[in-house]
Amino acid sequence: MPLQNYDDLNDMHIDVLREIGNIGSGNAASSLAMLLSDTIDISVPTVRILDYEQVMEELGGPEQMVVGELLCLEGDVEGMIMFLLHENFANQVLQALLGEDAPTAANLDEISGSALQEVANIMAASYVNAISGMTGFTIDITVPSMCVDMLGAVLSVPAIHYANISDKMIFIEDKFSGKDLNAPNHILLIPDVDSLEKIMTSLGIEL
Amino acid sequence: MNTAPIKVGISDLNVVRSPGALMTYALGSCVGICLYDRINKVAGLSHIMLPSSTASHGPAQPYRFADTAAGILVQKMIAIGANKRLLTAKIAGGARMFATGSNSALSNIGQRNVMAVHEALAKLGIPIIAEDTGKDYGRTLYFSAEDGIMVIKSAKCGESKW
Repeated sequence: MPLQNYDDLNDMHIDVLREIGNIGSGNAASSLAMLLSDTIDISVPTVRILDYEQVMEELGGPEQMVVGELLCLEGDVEGMIMFLLHENFANQVLQALLGEDAPTAANLDEISGSALQEVANIMAASYVNAISGMTGFTIDITVPSMCVDMLGAVLSVPAIHYANISDKMIFIEDKFSGKDLNAPNHILLIPDVDSLEKIMTSLGIEL
Repeated sequence: MNTAPIKVGISDLNVVRSPGALMTYALGSCVGICLYDRINKVAGLSHIMLPSSTASHGPAQPYRFADTAAGILVQKMIAIGANKRLLTAKIAGGARMFATGSNSALSNIGQRNVMAVHEALAKLGIPIIAEDTGKDYGRTLYFSAEDGIMVIKSAKCGESKW
């Protein structure tokens, strides 16, 4: 039976997504370690299928300020990846990259904005490579677009885009810790349902 | 006004009589439609997500769409004592949160929502007397049934009254 929406995912499908999340988070930790010239430890990431309301509760409510970075997936797999960086995480990354005087996430300038976009780019590639590595698919990611605003407003963008398909998304929580970095980081992975089906089929998993 | 405002979630709507108030958090590309009957002091608030129910292939959810939610909101206001001919509208939201060049359907959705709300209200014969839409930031909206004032709070621009 073809997948209609995220509600049709069974335990085995979710295990696959969890594994993508695990591998992706491992890749992301190595990439971050290179970028920040630091040793980055990562605890086991949690991967869950949540709806928008639950994501909002998890991350501190609709008015919580976050740095949102949105990238689109193109090629064999289509969809979106959204990073929700807590202000603390963003500030720590900025300090590690640009030094003590780095601007905070609330007052980004051009350089610090690009630095955060680059972090999103590297991390998105980590997750996309996890999918490519498992399936052999070619997947491109677009240049990240970024905004710093209330969580509810940031989340409205993928919520609207996928409203006709599903209220659910793959929610990954990573806890990275290093010399300068000690904050959780959240990724929303939202492949189109057709692409999700392709991923499962390519791994020989029954729908 | 000491009563806590009634929260209206995403794809939801509600109505209240004076001295009550309504609010909705963090409108991004969604639009908040505030309707008010000044004489009977009845307020209604709808938080729509998408322009049109006809383009939808998913499960029908009439509160989600501009074209269906506006009419339902009017009916619910009439049910608690509003007069349709006295209704005026204030609207907010429809921001472009991400400046994505590559996906225009995504970056224009706020604008399309605002246009759809204009059309739906024109069909119902309800004039829009205040509007804080577009731009690139999220808005939290408060709407009082006591005086029909819409208050918008945003991280970028602070608080404004409409």
